[in-house]
Amino acid sequence: MTIAVERPVAVDLPAPTGRLSQRWHNVVVLTRRNLVHISRDPMQLSDVTVQPVLFTLLFIYVFGAGVPITGGSYKDFAVAGLLILNLTTSVIGTAVGLCTDLTTGVVDRFRTLPMWRPSILVGRSASDIMSATLCAVIVALTGLAIGWRTSTSLLSVVAGFGLALLFSYALSWGSACLGMVSKGPESAQSLGLIILFPLAFVSNALVPTAHMPTWLQYIADWNPVSAVTSAVRQLWGNPNPAATIHVWPMQHPVWATLAWSAVLLAIFAPLAARLFRSRTTE
Amino acid sequence: MTDTPMIQAQGLTKRYGDTQALAGVDFSVPAGAILGVLGPNGAGKTTAVRILTTLARPDSGTARVAGYDVVTEADEVRRRIGVAAQDATVDEALTGRQNLVMIGELSLLPRRRSMARATELLERFDLVDAADRVAKGYSGGMRRRLDLAASVVTRPPVLFLDEPTTGLDPTSRNRMWDVIRELVADGVTLLLTTQYLEEADTLADSIVVVDHGRVIAEGTAAELKTAIGGARLEVTLSAAHSAAGGALSPLVAGEITTSADGRRLSAAVREASGLTTAVVRALDLAGVAVDDLEIRQPSLDDVFFALTGHPTEQEAEPETSPELEGASR
Repeated sequence: MTIAVERPVAVDLPAPTGRLSQRWHNVVVLTRRNLVHISRDPMQLSDVTVQPVLFTLLFIYVFGAGVPITGGSYKDFAVAGLLILNLTTSVIGTAVGLCTDLTTGVVDRFRTLPMWRPSILVGRSASDIMSATLCAVIVALTGLAIGWRTSTSLLSVVAGFGLALLFSYALSWGSACLGMVSKGPESAQSLGLIILFPLAFVSNALVPTAHMPTWLQYIADWNPVSAVTSAVRQLWGNPNPAATIHVWPMQHPVWATLAWSAVLLAIFAPLAARLFRSRTTE
Repeated sequence: MTDTPMIQAQGLTKRYGDTQALAGVDFSVPAGAILGVLGPNGAGKTTAVRILTTLARPDSGTARVAGYDVVTEADEVRRRIGVAAQDATVDEALTGRQNLVMIGELSLLPRRRSMARATELLERFDLVDAADRVAKGYSGGMRRRLDLAASVVTRPPVLFLDEPTTGLDPTSRNRMWDVIRELVADGVTLLLTTQYLEEADTLADSIVVVDHGRVIAEGTAAELKTAIGGARLEVTLSAAHSAAGGALSPLVAGEITTSADGRRLSAAVREASGLTTAVVRALDLAGVAVDDLEIRQPSLDDVFFALTGHPTEQEAEPETSPELEGASR
């Protein structure tokens, strides 16, 4: 064991900032930090672990009994919707996590370090996509356990999950913006629920839109959540009643999902960076 | 490098809403020196530190740290500073060790080096037992020590400590002082803010006194004390005695004031060392019985009273981050 002799000052002077490898490294370190946070408080993960199981069972056995699905069982219809529902509501975690960091002093500490500041945002979105992936796995396992099956190739099934995660990732940047305009984690949480619950439920995720009032049906058919749900159903070969609806996103759900994700990212990622800068400038 | 000051503030002003936090502040700290910034709550100390550490931009004026401008060359400044803020900014969900490793890695020290440095600092800051516990459970003193350790992970040549001992009990404060003294022995340049004259006196080479966003006095601790009259001797007699004044006068400086009942005498101290013994002996020789004897160091209030003619106003004012005020309360 060698006791380090104090070196002359600043021998460890951090490398100049701005290189790509530095940025990547900063993101990795902060992502790991967020994962440690989750491991400290596993209840943080309940919305991607317990909630998916609970929702899946509740909706399929309670709701499912009363919803007739043409071309298959409610079970096969609902799993894709439950995947999207859970992924959509779980992006609230991004808002809450960022807002928590901003209201405690830890971001101030980061800001005095020679690091790439956007890594705080990118690290957050990276750890969130990891918990979203966990969420997807749990929904799938629950579905499989109660008899949900796909009828397409493995590649197509995987593409369905990929598309769902892409949408959830894009949406999490919107949630990041929400986190930065919220005064505290609690208000981020409630603001998130107010926005995301209608978004998730006014869709074809849990029931076909055909029986909704016309005006609501119109909203639901254009809701990006419906597009991604239909896309996943299509890729999984599960019942997809929306295929008969003559609205562009329902006719081309995969393209619609890609387009929605691109639009969300193009709007919210730069906006998040800007909000972050203005929130941390004084 | 030795000619240019390590920290230099010129005409810094900063306004938060209706509050003029800084109204033109100048000071400089030569390499290897320790500057104590002394002032009450709301004097502008934290604002000055936030500007010097690139967290806030001045409305006017310039500041350079290690020769780099804090606004236009902020990244260069950040590579050379360590900061321990008033509200310890440790990550509560991480352990002490994880906090230090993270800071090292974010500063691009290789992981192994970060870990070795963390171990070394945990030992040095007396945090070994708590190293692998989550920082949330740390006491105030431990949290401050961890924050301080986090600020020196990369051995920065310039350190800023914002009220490192405010709110600590005397034991933790003394411990903190030892830690700071050790750091300074490494030759870093240190700017330290404090509300305690004693702290500035113990740790700093020179002191600037700030009030309402301005520097109202500067000098060494000795100079400031001379300006305000230094420590005072206060003697309480068992009963008033005519010989007491005569016995004291060769031992103290200036006039001796006597209370109305003649039992309490007070005078400025010339040399505190050995004074208590000498006073007791002299009074005993004169046949005067003593109940109590105290050498009272001037407090921040005394300094302020002497410098400004008004006592410190303890306003609940934005020493804290203005952001918290605006956005998150």
